[in-house]
Amino acid sequence: MSAEDTLLYLDGVSVSFDGFRALNNLSLTMMPGEMRAIIGPNGAGKTTMMDVITGKTRPDHGTILFEGETDLTKLREAGIANLGIGRKFQRPTVFEPHTVWDNLELALKAPRRPLNTLTYAIGRDDRTRIEEILDITRLSPKRDRLAGSLSHGEKQWLEIGMLLAQDPKLLLVDEPVAGMTDAETEQTARLLCDIAGKHSVIVVEHDMSFVRALGVKVTVLAEGSVLAEGSLDSVSANQQVIDVYLGR
Amino acid sequence: MLTRFFLMGLDRKAGLVLTVLALLAVLVPVMTLVVPEGSPWHLSIFSVSLLGKYLCFALLALALDLVWGYVGILSLGHAAFFALGGYAMGMYLMRQIGPRGVYGNPILPDFMVFLNWKELPWYWLGFDHFAFAALMVLVVPGALAFAFGWFAFRSRVTGVYLSIITQALTFALLLAFFRNDMGFGGNNGLTDFKEILGYDIQAPGTRVGLFLATVAALALSYMIASGIIASKLGKVLVAIRDTESRVRFLGYDTESYKLFAWTLSACMAGVAGALYVPQVGIINPSEFAPASSIEAVIWVAVGGRGTLAGAILGAVLVNFGKSYFTGALPELWLFALGGLFVLVTLFLPKGLLGLWAQLTARLPSGKGKRVPNGKTADQKGM
Ligand SMILES: Nc1ncnc2c1ncn2[C@@H]1O[C@H](COP(=O)(O)OP(=O)(O)OP(=O)(O)O)[C@@H](O)[C@H]1O
Ligand SMILES: [Mg+2]
Repeated sequence: MSAEDTLLYLDGVSVSFDGFRALNNLSLTMMPGEMRAIIGPNGAGKTTMMDVITGKTRPDHGTILFEGETDLTKLREAGIANLGIGRKFQRPTVFEPHTVWDNLELALKAPRRPLNTLTYAIGRDDRTRIEEILDITRLSPKRDRLAGSLSHGEKQWLEIGMLLAQDPKLLLVDEPVAGMTDAETEQTARLLCDIAGKHSVIVVEHDMSFVRALGVKVTVLAEGSVLAEGSLDSVSANQQVIDVYLGR
Repeated sequence: MLTRFFLMGLDRKAGLVLTVLALLAVLVPVMTLVVPEGSPWHLSIFSVSLLGKYLCFALLALALDLVWGYVGILSLGHAAFFALGGYAMGMYLMRQIGPRGVYGNPILPDFMVFLNWKELPWYWLGFDHFAFAALMVLVVPGALAFAFGWFAFRSRVTGVYLSIITQALTFALLLAFFRNDMGFGGNNGLTDFKEILGYDIQAPGTRVGLFLATVAALALSYMIASGIIASKLGKVLVAIRDTESRVRFLGYDTESYKLFAWTLSACMAGVAGALYVPQVGIINPSEFAPASSIEAVIWVAVGGRGTLAGAILGAVLVNFGKSYFTGALPELWLFALGGLFVLVTLFLPKGLLGLWAQLTARLPSGKGKRVPNGKTADQKGM
């Protein structure tokens, strides 16, 4: 398949850690505006895939193109983020010594150089946007609380809020509902579906009811490469998928 | 825009620091120059220079706290920047001696005549002008810090490894400045100064003037530092301190942020050194000794890391203690300092200012709930 028109194009990507192949000739494409769910057993390489896309890990082989032309393997983390790729980590990572508000302000789309931030004064638009995100993520009452004092689920929401504030073209969301109640899980699914209209989203999740609620194309990863791809129903019926993942 | 920047950093703590400094700027000149010598309120010239010296150390501590407290870079070589600023000032003061040196050479400082040098090395040119020397006070430490930081931060050296190479940096400079052929006076350093800007360096008026300049430099640096901390840039710095990789994934080039804070901090340390030299009357390579940098770390730890005001307080208090101890029980000073560091690390991880905050937090207060960067909650986002 050609890289043209794709938002994200991975071809033959491999990564080894001390001889262990975490990604093995992985190929995957995402179209603009698409949402994709990625499932697979522990250690399948889901997080590692996000690491190679965002520049945290350099692949040993393979091509990774953004918008069909930008070679992500040549860029550093900040450069990749500024192309419009945002990430939520599996273990929620927020800036604990800062307030919820400041976390969002730091994430908010704005020029990122030291001189810009030194002279930054929050304007009405930025304030409105942060307030909107606080509402969406239900963190309004906690806006002045330190992020470090939030519960696990609230940190998840805050990190999703930070993704929204960044307004990236592609969102990589690693296990967003871990530690959430059923009701919260449902809200998160709705939120991600809302986002998906304007952005492309890759969601990694083990929670099958959540994946079902998203109702999008599913890619199954196992041992570092794609095992199956298609609707949730079709991959759930796939015998190989049942053997390595769902059946266990 | 500049006013907004300075106002941003003005909270209650900053108000207190600036008030104390303003009081010093008024009281010290009056008590030395106006109050007659017999009065109990009279302050001797010796005490003025001692106070001035403490404030120079306070400025060094402030510079260190900016990078250690807010960016997490534990520099064990900050005295190097202090000493470089000091040498730049010392070179100016040497040139002002003119023909009044022991050998009476109008151009060459005594130690060069002694070494049989025939002309001034190129890197001494220009130092007879105060403006040039003042510029070098900023440029030399700043450029060294920039180059050092450029390589260290780009190659992502952090934590203990970074601390160790800062220590190596100051040690290398120590060895270099000890050499006579470097042209900085070898182990004797630069001394026997006569005049600064045409004023007799021993005169009470000059001493008070130097003290006031130190107060002003400290106040300005404090305002710059607290303005930065309160700005969005400061928030990025604190975020880098705690989770640098996360900041990168938000699209911030963390290396350039660290480089900014690091270089600025080195310039502040350079200014501190430049003000220190005319007040103590000498600069020699011992200022580069690794122990000097480590002492500065202790001042900050004692006062409270990441508080700015604590760094100032710690530097002044510990040096008061040092003056007392080295007078009364000189052999005990190093033990006392070491013990103090251990005690503070174990029992006061947030230093004296942290202790103060803890004590006042226990008292019931009617004030609005305070959020950590010192603004009250309702000011948020202003
Ligand atoms: N930095 C690293 N060093 C060594 N091994 C690593 C590293 N990162 C990942 N691995 C290994 O690569 C494999 C894939 O890990 P990865 O985190 O991508 O799995 P995952 O699919 O996200 O699993 P989970 O569902 O448990 O999050 C694992 O076996 C892991 O131990
Ligand atoms: Mg994972």
